[in-house]
Amino acid sequence: MSRQMTGAEMVVQALRDQGVDTIFGYPGGAVLPIYDAIFQQNDIRHILVRHEQAAVHMAEGYARSTGKPGCVLVTSGPGATNAVTGLTDALLDSIPLVVFSGQVPTFMIGTDGFQEADTVGITRPCTKHNWLVKDTDKLAEVIHQGFHVATSGRPGPVLIDIPKDVQFATGTYTGPKTARVDHYQPKLKGDIDAITKLVELMETAERPVFYTGGGVINSGPAACQLMCEMIDATGFPVTSTLMGLGAYPASGKNWLGMLGMHGLYEANLAMHGCDLMINLGARFDDRITGRVADFSPNSTKVHVDIDASSINKVVTVNLPIIGDIGHVLEDALRIWKSRGRKVNKAGLAKWWAQIQEWQAVNCLAYTNSDTVIKPQYALQRLQALTEGRDRYITTEVGQHQMWAAQFLGFEAPNRWMTSGGLGTMGYGFPASIGVQVAHPDALVINVAGEASWLMNMQEMGTATQFRTPVKQFILNNERLGMVRQWQQLLHGERYSHSWSESLPDFVKLAESFGWKGIRCSDPAELDAKIIEMLEYDGPVLFDCLVEKHENCFPMIPSGKPHNEMLLAADAEAFASGATLV
Amino acid sequence: MAALNIKKGSTSHSAYDLRDFHSDVESSHTLAVLVDNEAGVLARVIGLFSGRGYNIDSLTVAEVDHKGHRSRITIVTRGTMAVIDQIKAQLGRIVPVHEVHDLTLEGQSVERELALFKVAAIGEKRVESLRLADIFRANVVDSTLESFVFEITGTPEKIDAFAELMRPLGLIDVARTGVAALSRGV
Repeated sequence: MSRQMTGAEMVVQALRDQGVDTIFGYPGGAVLPIYDAIFQQNDIRHILVRHEQAAVHMAEGYARSTGKPGCVLVTSGPGATNAVTGLTDALLDSIPLVVFSGQVPTFMIGTDGFQEADTVGITRPCTKHNWLVKDTDKLAEVIHQGFHVATSGRPGPVLIDIPKDVQFATGTYTGPKTARVDHYQPKLKGDIDAITKLVELMETAERPVFYTGGGVINSGPAACQLMCEMIDATGFPVTSTLMGLGAYPASGKNWLGMLGMHGLYEANLAMHGCDLMINLGARFDDRITGRVADFSPNSTKVHVDIDASSINKVVTVNLPIIGDIGHVLEDALRIWKSRGRKVNKAGLAKWWAQIQEWQAVNCLAYTNSDTVIKPQYALQRLQALTEGRDRYITTEVGQHQMWAAQFLGFEAPNRWMTSGGLGTMGYGFPASIGVQVAHPDALVINVAGEASWLMNMQEMGTATQFRTPVKQFILNNERLGMVRQWQQLLHGERYSHSWSESLPDFVKLAESFGWKGIRCSDPAELDAKIIEMLEYDGPVLFDCLVEKHENCFPMIPSGKPHNEMLLAADAEAFASGATLV
Repeated sequence: MAALNIKKGSTSHSAYDLRDFHSDVESSHTLAVLVDNEAGVLARVIGLFSGRGYNIDSLTVAEVDHKGHRSRITIVTRGTMAVIDQIKAQLGRIVPVHEVHDLTLEGQSVERELALFKVAAIGEKRVESLRLADIFRANVVDSTLESFVFEITGTPEKIDAFAELMRPLGLIDVARTGVAALSRGV
């Protein structure tokens, strides 16, 4: 099915053939032909953003909540450079994106032309792969390759840079079935001997723990289901990274909560004390491991990952299994069942008894107040008032993000969108719009801090224009809370530039964009106002004025091992000396 | 990379890797990387090394299959076993990379480098430089009354040794290609 068309028409046709329904973008000189092609069709919906960074975050929200790749269209030069933060964010969190950028005409490349930037050079380290297409006849094939690379193996962002003359020129269109997808075919099946070894370890382990990550969610809903089946059948405890929340339901009986720097006491101590750690699609991030030399000192470590470069990168493991989580779990379950579903029952009973002692510590305890809203309380109320609803949560980055991970429960995968690896302030608001575009009737809430939220506040116009009824739940402490917390604990209470000066009146700001604005500062009014937010048919900016000096606990100061975590009660006794990075 | 304390003998659980991963000893490895000869592929490889803080001691690249547009990049790098393994895994996930071979680990290999040496000398030193060139099987590829340009092929060590001997005789310029390497046998 090859036919003649212009490069610009090819972009639209390739999107159609790839099943794309939405693209987020911003026009400019070097992409005008593509915008012209978009104007003349109705299959693909274009969401006009207010800044290209937000377009990429929206596509991330779209991708993370649907499992499909997110698509972005930006112009050359500043359009492309504005997209860089989003690309890096997607690379670190393994989000599949296909980003199209315009480029100056091929004959002008290298002349420092107007709005020219070396886009493939700039984005090379922040994409999984990128292409500069200089020949219209190759454009369609490159686009199909782009979708293949973005979504195969460990997903990630790709960028396709298209000079303006290539968009104008006519060439032969190649459909996705006939396009070469090259040698790039990551291995999905794990080594069966290694998987058998994993089953043997599971049969005898006294203190096992599943440590799961974003890779399980990327592997798909079927992989999540297999994982839940395996966890429930073995009765092993499970903890998850920030990126993996929702793969195992928070209401599940084996759930220990999130682990890591602000993870739960029981989760971190289980990691420290286990004798078998089964890492499924997580990458031993430094926010997880603390001091690597003291990380889970007495465990046999199994690491299942589709990316061979994740194995032994930070923590040396005993049993690496390279493959797709879904395939590996399917094999592991089959082998474990065929060998008689054995587990070390006596060992497990003792292990759970120990874990229950840790759970009894109640590490998320905080002192509530009648006069001021505690951020933890606000999130507990949000959780209580949205329980049972199919709810999508995005976050910005900082204390509120950690509190959201601690206090909100996720029952299903693809319901939690947050910037984990890169920690991009300004991610959550545009991501929430992307999620809402993908799920027009769903409840989408961005749990935010006021400082992060302001970083992409220009997208209020986008939400209004495209009628996305996103709820922005801002825990406003008029501080960069996490920065302030570290300054308090580690920099002698010298609060260097960590307060939010000259904040807008959020209610008036909301109204100026045609939104509803709600302000709440009284704990007694909180429930009614949250319900008001949830019931409003349209975007809401909820300015929740919270305690200004609340700290987020538990906390493992970086450079400390898991068993030296700080609880709220220990905080005052905390002696400086740890290095936070 | 800080070593992790794993109980002695626990590596016997491993399905693949029984080498001492925690050794802090650095060693030199010659990697052969077969890539699609497309725009930017060398920048991807080099960017990986600079971005992740790996060393490059030598790097050569040329298209070896003109029809298939395939290039061979030969990299000599240095690191602990863990770092070398990470380098290979990182190289392996670059999309246009087809194969990564560690010639230092995968059996025996031959390594050769070509170098050009300009030696400015007269009298006895000029004669001595010719004599040494003969011993090292270097060829004279350019000559004036005051200088020679020698061409020498061999292992990097041989070329280093030749350079050491030529320096007091009037070595004024050196050009080296970097290492090209192939495994022995089939």
